[in-house]
Amino acid sequence: MVSGSADPASAPATPRGIPHRGGPMNPSADRIRDRFGSSFVRAEVTWGETTVFVRPESVYDIVRYLHDDASEQYDYLSDVTAVEYRDLELPLQVVWHLRSLPYRRFLRLKAEIPKGAPLRVPSVMPIYSGADWLERECFDMFGIQFDGHPDLRRILMWEQYAEGYPLRKDFPLRGRFSRSEQLRQALAAQPESRYSMTELTIADAFEDLPLEMRQRLAGGEKTGE
Amino acid sequence: MGLTARPDHQLVTVSPQSTEGWVATRLDFLVNWGRANSLWPMPFGTACCAIEFMATAASKYDLARFGMERMSFSPRQADVLICAGRVPFKLAPVLRRIWQQMLQPKWCISMGACASSGGMFDNYAVVQGIDTIIPVDVYVPGCPPRPEGLIYGIMMLQEKVKRERMSDERLRDEMEPDPTSKLYIPPSMIDELSEPFGNSVHQTRSGL
Amino acid sequence: MAEKRTVEVSLSTSGLDAEGRPQRTPLVVDEGGRVTTLEAPLAIEPELEGEHMLINLGPQHPATHGVLRLVLELDGETVVRCIPHVGYLHCGFEKIGEYRQYNQIIPWTDREDYLNSPGNNVAFALGAERLFGVEITPRCTVLRVIAMELSRIMSHLVWLGTTCIDIGAFTPFLWSFQERERIYTLLEQWIGARLTTTLTRVGGMGADIPDGWMDGLRDFARTFPKTIAEVDRMVTRNGIWVGRTIGIGAMSAADAVNAGLSGPMLRASGVDYDVRKDFPYLDYETYDFDVPVGTNGDVYDRFLVRMEELRQSVRILEQAAERLPDGPVNIDDARLILPPKSKAMSEMESMIHHFKQVMEGPRPPIGETYVAVESPKGEKGYYFVSDGTPKPVRWRIRPPSYVNLSAIPRMVEGHLLSDVIAINASIDIVMGEIDR
Repeated sequence: MVSGSADPASAPATPRGIPHRGGPMNPSADRIRDRFGSSFVRAEVTWGETTVFVRPESVYDIVRYLHDDASEQYDYLSDVTAVEYRDLELPLQVVWHLRSLPYRRFLRLKAEIPKGAPLRVPSVMPIYSGADWLERECFDMFGIQFDGHPDLRRILMWEQYAEGYPLRKDFPLRGRFSRSEQLRQALAAQPESRYSMTELTIADAFEDLPLEMRQRLAGGEKTGE
Repeated sequence: MGLTARPDHQLVTVSPQSTEGWVATRLDFLVNWGRANSLWPMPFGTACCAIEFMATAASKYDLARFGMERMSFSPRQADVLICAGRVPFKLAPVLRRIWQQMLQPKWCISMGACASSGGMFDNYAVVQGIDTIIPVDVYVPGCPPRPEGLIYGIMMLQEKVKRERMSDERLRDEMEPDPTSKLYIPPSMIDELSEPFGNSVHQTRSGL
Repeated sequence: MAEKRTVEVSLSTSGLDAEGRPQRTPLVVDEGGRVTTLEAPLAIEPELEGEHMLINLGPQHPATHGVLRLVLELDGETVVRCIPHVGYLHCGFEKIGEYRQYNQIIPWTDREDYLNSPGNNVAFALGAERLFGVEITPRCTVLRVIAMELSRIMSHLVWLGTTCIDIGAFTPFLWSFQERERIYTLLEQWIGARLTTTLTRVGGMGADIPDGWMDGLRDFARTFPKTIAEVDRMVTRNGIWVGRTIGIGAMSAADAVNAGLSGPMLRASGVDYDVRKDFPYLDYETYDFDVPVGTNGDVYDRFLVRMEELRQSVRILEQAAERLPDGPVNIDDARLILPPKSKAMSEMESMIHHFKQVMEGPRPPIGETYVAVESPKGEKGYYFVSDGTPKPVRWRIRPPSYVNLSAIPRMVEGHLLSDVIAINASIDIVMGEIDR
C-alpha cells in the first residue's frame, strides 16, 4: 500500500517495498492532465510519490481546482519550496506539497523555470493562508517572486541583506563577504530602525525619529523588516 | 581536577609605591566574595544550550547553590551574561545592545561551541564566536555542555572574580567600538578568529 | 485621532484625609490639571480616545520561547495588531545540508528542533532510507518507535514546564525537568548524549540498547503517569489556569486546516489529522493508541490535548517494550553501514567499505522523496532531492512550528497582552526549527 495514492476505503499502513520508479499513480494526476491539457507537462512516480510538472503561469488555476473540486479536496498545503540543481543548465523547480485530508492523498506539484527566465510564479496565498510565510521564505532564500502575495519581503535574513539569496547554488556556503564585513553590515543596522513602515506609522514615537530618518521613510525607503 | 587558583604574575599591575594595605585587601576579599557568590545571570539563551542551562537551573543540578537562581532577564539587573546557543548575524546587534545595557561589574560566559566559535555552523549566517562582538571571560565548550561543564565554567568565573583587585584601574574599562564600523576589535582580527581550518573567504580544499 | 488627554475618572485608592482615614470621595484631575473631589461620581466615558502604543516583545524576552520578536500595537491592554518577526536564529541548516553526506547531516537534525532530537533523527533516517531504497530491520523499527515516543514526552515536558511558568505556576517546571532528567539518563545510557542525541544512522541506529535498558524504560513508563497526574491535579481545574486559558486564542477547524497548522494546534481545533494514523510509518498502525482531539481550539484545549498525548505516548512505550524483537539493529548493507572495527582492521574488503563510506559517502539513486512524521509540534517533513552524489542537492525541512507561528496574528488580535504570552506558549514553538 503506497501512501501517495491511498484508497480511502482501506486503512492506511506503513508503506513497504516501494519501487524507485513506477507504481500506482495518484489519480489526481490524470484528472489534471485531462482538465488542463496544455499546462500539464508530465507526471512521474518516484518512491511512491506522484509529482506533476505544470507550467508556472498555470499554477494558481490548478491549485484552485485541486482545492475546490469535490473529488480532489486538497485542503492542506504542507510546503512551498524550491530546488536548484548543481548542474546549472537544469531549470529551477518550485515545489508545492499538497495533502488531501479527506482522501488521504499526497501530491507534489512542480513548476520548472528555465535558466534565464524571470523567477516569477503565482502565489497560492489566496487559496491557503498558510502559504504566507512559506512563500516569503522561498523568496528570501531563492529570490523567487510570488505574484499576488500581499507582503513579500525577507523573513529569515534582514531586509537590507546585501549578499544575495543564500540557497542559490552560486551563493558560497560562507557568504560572499569576509567575516568582518558580514559582522559590520549586521551591526550597522540599529535595532530601533528595524521597523517596517506599517509599524512606524502606528508608533507613538514617530515624531521622535530623527528628521533624516523620517525623510528617508517618507521617500519610500523601508527600514529593517 | 581541583580549582586551586594558579598564581598569575601578570594579573595585576602592582607598583612598588602601591598603597594597597591590609584594609584594601580585606575589602577586596569581601567585595569579591559577595560578587562571586551572588552572580545574577542574564540567560541569553537561543538554542539547545539554553535547554541545558534550564536543566542546570532545575532540581538535579541546581544553580541556586551558587546564588544564581535569580535569573535576570533584564540586563540592567544582571551581572553575568550567559550566551547559551548559536548567535546568527541577525541577532548580533541585539546581543551587542544587551551587553551595552548591562552595568559594570559585568562578566560574560560563552556557553557551548556555537557561542564560543560558531560551532558546527561555519556558514553565511552565524557569528563565528561572540568574542568578535563582546568581551568574553569564560568559554565553556560542548555541544551542548553538560550541566557539570557549565557549573565548572561558572566556578572558573567565580575564581576569576575573586582574584580581582580594586587597585587595578583598568579592570572595568570598556572598549568602545569604532564609530563607523561598530566593530570593537580590528577587522583583520575578526577574520583571523573566524577562520576554519582554512581561510574563511575561500572554500577549503575538501569542499566542506 | 482625537487629541491626547489624560482623564482619571477615579483613583483606586483615594488617599487619606487629614485624620489619616481613607477618603470616600474620588479625586479627579480635570483638563486644567487641577485636582478636585467630586460630589457625584462621573459617568464613565464611553470611549477614551488616545493613540495606540507600539511595543516590541523580544527578541530577548523570558517568555517568548526563544528569539522571537513580536511587534504589538496595543490599545490600552488590548492587542489590535501583531506583527511577528522571525529569523533571529537562522543558521543556514538547509545550505549546510548540501555540503554534507547523509550520515553527516544527522547531527544537524538534532539541533534544529532541539527538544525533539531523537524524533528528528528518526525522521531524517526514514527519509534517507526511502531515498536509498532500503528497509530497516524489525528491531530497529521498534527501537525507533521508542525513540520517537520518548522524544515526544521530552518535548511536551518542556512545553508543560515553560507554559506553566509563563502563566505563573513555577513548580510544574521543576517537576517536568526532573522527569526529563530521567529520560536524559536513559538516552545517555543508550547513545551517550543527553540532548543532541544523533541517535540514528541511515540504515539503522548509532548503537543498540545496552543490557538492562528496557528495565529502565519500563520503570519510567510505570512511574511517569504519576507525575502527569500530579500536574493534572495542580493545574487542570485550577481557577487561575482555567480563567487564563479558556476561550483564549481560538482557531476554527476550517481556518486551522487552511493555515497549514498541524499537530496539537490542529487537533485541538477539532481536526482529526495525525500523521501516525493517516500516513503511517514505523508500523504505527499496529499499535493501540488514541489521538486526542479537542473542540474549541483555544489554549485550554491545546493543553488538554498535549496532556493526553503524554499518556498515550506512555501507552505506546509499554507496547513497544513488550514487542521488541531480537536480531540485528542495522541492516546488512556494506554500502551504508560501517563495518565493525574488528573487521575493518583485519579484512581488506571491510576496510575498503569503511574508507569509501567515510571519505566519499554512500550514493543514493537519483530521485526525491518527502517523508513526514508526527513530531510533538506537528507534521515534520524532510524533503530530499538526490542527483546521485553523496551529498543531497536539496534538503528541505518542513517546520511545523514555522507554519503554526504564522497564524499567531489571527489568534492574538482582540486579546490582552497577557493572553499573548499564553497563546504563544500554547503554540509550542521552537525557534531552532522555525528559523533553521
